[in-house]
Amino acid sequence: MIKLTINGEKHELDVPDNMPLLWALRDVIGMKGTKFGCGIAQCGACTVHMNGTAIRSCVTPVSAVSGEITTIEAMSEDPVGKKVQQAWLDLGVAQCGYCQGGQIMNATALLKKTPQPETQEIIDAMAGNLCRCGTYNRILAAVERAAGKEATS
Amino acid sequence: MKHSEDTLLLANLSRRSVLKGLAGSTAFLLAARWDLAFASEKAQFGAGAMPGGWVDNPNVFIHIDNSGLLTIINNRAEMGQGIRTSMVMVAADELGADWDRVKVQQAEANQEKYGNQNTDGSRSMRHWYQPMRRAAAAARMMLEQAAAKQWGVPVPEVHTGIHKVIHKTSGRELGFGELAETARSLDVPGRDALFIKPDNELRYIGKESGWINGKLSSAHPKAIDGEDIVTGKAVYGADIDFDDTLYAVVARPPVYGAKVKSVDDSAALKVPGVKKVLRIEGSGQPAAFNPLGGVAVVATNTWAAMEGRKALKIKWDNSAAGENAKYSSEAYRQSLEKVAKSPGSVIRQTGDIDAALKTAKKRISATYYMPHMAHATMEPPAAVVRFKEGKAEAWAPVQHPRATREGIAGVLGLDKEQVTVHQTLLGGGFGRKSKPDFVLEAAQLAKSFEGQPVKLQWSREDDIQHDYYHAVSVDYLEAGLDDEGKATAWLHRTLSPSIGSLFAPDPKHKGEFELGMGFNTMPFSIPTISLENPPAPAHVRIGWFRSVYNLPHAWAIQSFAHELAVAAGKDHRDYLLELLGPARQMHNLTVGDGWNYGEDPDLYPIDVARMRRVIELATDKAGWGRKTAKGRGLGLAFHHSFVSYTAIVFDVEVDSDGQLTIHRADIAFDCGPQANPERIRSQMEGSCVMGIGIALQNEVSFKNGVAQQDNFDSYLIPRMTDAPKVVHVHLVDNPKDAMGGVGEPGLPPVAPALCNAIYAATGKRIRKLPVGDQLKA
Repeated sequence: MIKLTINGEKHELDVPDNMPLLWALRDVIGMKGTKFGCGIAQCGACTVHMNGTAIRSCVTPVSAVSGEITTIEAMSEDPVGKKVQQAWLDLGVAQCGYCQGGQIMNATALLKKTPQPETQEIIDAMAGNLCRCGTYNRILAAVERAAGKEATS
Repeated sequence: MKHSEDTLLLANLSRRSVLKGLAGSTAFLLAARWDLAFASEKAQFGAGAMPGGWVDNPNVFIHIDNSGLLTIINNRAEMGQGIRTSMVMVAADELGADWDRVKVQQAEANQEKYGNQNTDGSRSMRHWYQPMRRAAAAARMMLEQAAAKQWGVPVPEVHTGIHKVIHKTSGRELGFGELAETARSLDVPGRDALFIKPDNELRYIGKESGWINGKLSSAHPKAIDGEDIVTGKAVYGADIDFDDTLYAVVARPPVYGAKVKSVDDSAALKVPGVKKVLRIEGSGQPAAFNPLGGVAVVATNTWAAMEGRKALKIKWDNSAAGENAKYSSEAYRQSLEKVAKSPGSVIRQTGDIDAALKTAKKRISATYYMPHMAHATMEPPAAVVRFKEGKAEAWAPVQHPRATREGIAGVLGLDKEQVTVHQTLLGGGFGRKSKPDFVLEAAQLAKSFEGQPVKLQWSREDDIQHDYYHAVSVDYLEAGLDDEGKATAWLHRTLSPSIGSLFAPDPKHKGEFELGMGFNTMPFSIPTISLENPPAPAHVRIGWFRSVYNLPHAWAIQSFAHELAVAAGKDHRDYLLELLGPARQMHNLTVGDGWNYGEDPDLYPIDVARMRRVIELATDKAGWGRKTAKGRGLGLAFHHSFVSYTAIVFDVEVDSDGQLTIHRADIAFDCGPQANPERIRSQMEGSCVMGIGIALQNEVSFKNGVAQQDNFDSYLIPRMTDAPKVVHVHLVDNPKDAMGGVGEPGLPPVAPALCNAIYAATGKRIRKLPVGDQLKA
């Protein structure tokens, strides 16, 4: 049995050790906010937090999970996550929206660690999250807005 | 509302004559462009010419419950263009609804009821703006009638406020919810009696709001799905689940047209969770929307299915694939370049091209290449199908619900009435999800597991290796210039496999709609022209990719026009304007195009004035002509597509290591009347980034018929680090022309503008895409 704590709730799962956390979340627990995009940690759609740090759930076996997992479903209860979500809504960031959960998870992890990032720090931190609709300029502006910075471009 | 569809009272008069009759009336306030729309409903053009046409019955699209909650039925696929928000905005504005009391419900696949639902060709707003306004106007009038009836006053004494109807003289008010029941019992007014709101009473339509060029101008009406997206609640194809869902993946033939020779599934069946391994039938070539065939692994979760697939030992039989098994991109490119040296089928010709080239003072020629590209929607294809008691139900992110419904019916041997297709949100479409092959794979499996829902998931590798690829292309151009550098002769040979090869024996030539995407509609005013289309065979599935053949045509023509300006020693903008010649309107038939994006040429002429205007606007905003530092330059391109007009200027820098920085993009866009400018801007911004990927990174190449890229580590798409530092979108205020497309026309000029900027910065001419590491050399 694999024991996981997700958004403060404890789960016991009868799954193989090597099952990625992504599929445990989606198919076994039934939480669909975390998305499958590539399966090889190249796109960031599956980003969740492990003890507050952004990780790629598609390459994280359930056996490697230690500590608290937080997903997009719990971001409204996180003060930083809530701010990030609001900035996303204010600026109309999302197009299709499929990648945006992962983007928000990554941005929130960044702002928790670095509340006042430089623009280049944001770009570097967000470079691992792909968006095929091409919403990067608004994502950048939204992260700056969530950090309380006035937009510069 | 309980009325059946036929309660809509249709006027017998032709709409033209109705409008003429109304022209002098003050009782009906019709915006000028309303007149255009009715004309566009001639059955041979526009929305009326699409399968299923348009529907404007309010009973189909508009529901108000007794609490006043307004539900708008949306019949178009939401794939990021924001149509669920924009379409609801159109209806809510016309109706007078309070935005906080509006919700949207996605229509099931039912063309007979909802009209055309095939979401492609940048048509959603262009074809549905007018029907939706009419439906909402009719509903508003019914609410007003209901109020007048309840109060016992004449209808002209009441008017609609925000989510309520008001009787001015007595000050009485009734909310939409209080009126809903009475309104429901009324007849729908005839189209000839509709009162459409004048522009000055609109609150949402055409109003700028939200994020504009780096500033939050004002709050915008909340995006319909915005809250769900940022909280992870938005539902895409793979997010549908039931307690008894089975999960499946498919191993498909690596070469198009190949078949399974043998399969050893013994190891796969030992993977924990794997339930069954079975064959998927393929239709062979041409594949149309049918599955490619292969071997499916069905399991209790997606991971187990994927692990099971890894353990399969499959031998493929390439004999049915024919030449496809020898398809290699480098050899293919060389063969097309060779074919391009000889004349091809003449598509459009003026004058004697050979003579004009021979007598020219200067001859310039160039060959441009654009590779296959994969759509790579962030959501890989996925679908759920359940076959139970003679009925099928599907949940899928599809652009083309009718083809999906009929396809499932075909697979399961049902009448389409026995098939329900629920359209989920699409995690990106870009043309990929116009083809429901992945849903039909799920349908085949559902047949084997009757009663149980089967979820079919494509991996990213499946997606990139088995896409309906954007056509590879070679374009050869040659021009003659006179003493002053003016172009006197223009030869263009375009070569690409055709999407026609997907549905019929390979035509090897582009079809009318493919040529009509910016090839034969080339607008330059040059005395001698020859536009030709030599043959090019297809060896993979070729499909629509956002902007489709406009991509190679714009890339070649806009790059070559810049090459001519350089050869003539003239400023690129000035030269382009000179090539275009004076402002004028051209009829598509006069340039050999019988298609015109399906639109009426009287409403949608090819308008050189609008081309000139976007070029002037983009260059003015970009500060065209200013001095740039060494290694920095501005590049320009424009294109007319999907009956809209786009020009873009890039400001780029290339350092001594060949590292490219995109400082800024200025995009000028003219789509005529704008329904939701906020989402038009987001489409332009997104097109810009996607186009940068086309220029710099996107390429699927083949070796012996097998795609050589398979995930985002080999098939590269733009990241935040690749985006321009600044993107400014300049919308042309043009309410007088007919409404154009938005989703696609932003994309075609991006790659040539960027490569022209690279030339301006470095003197290096890019003729083969993607740029890749060509700047490093």
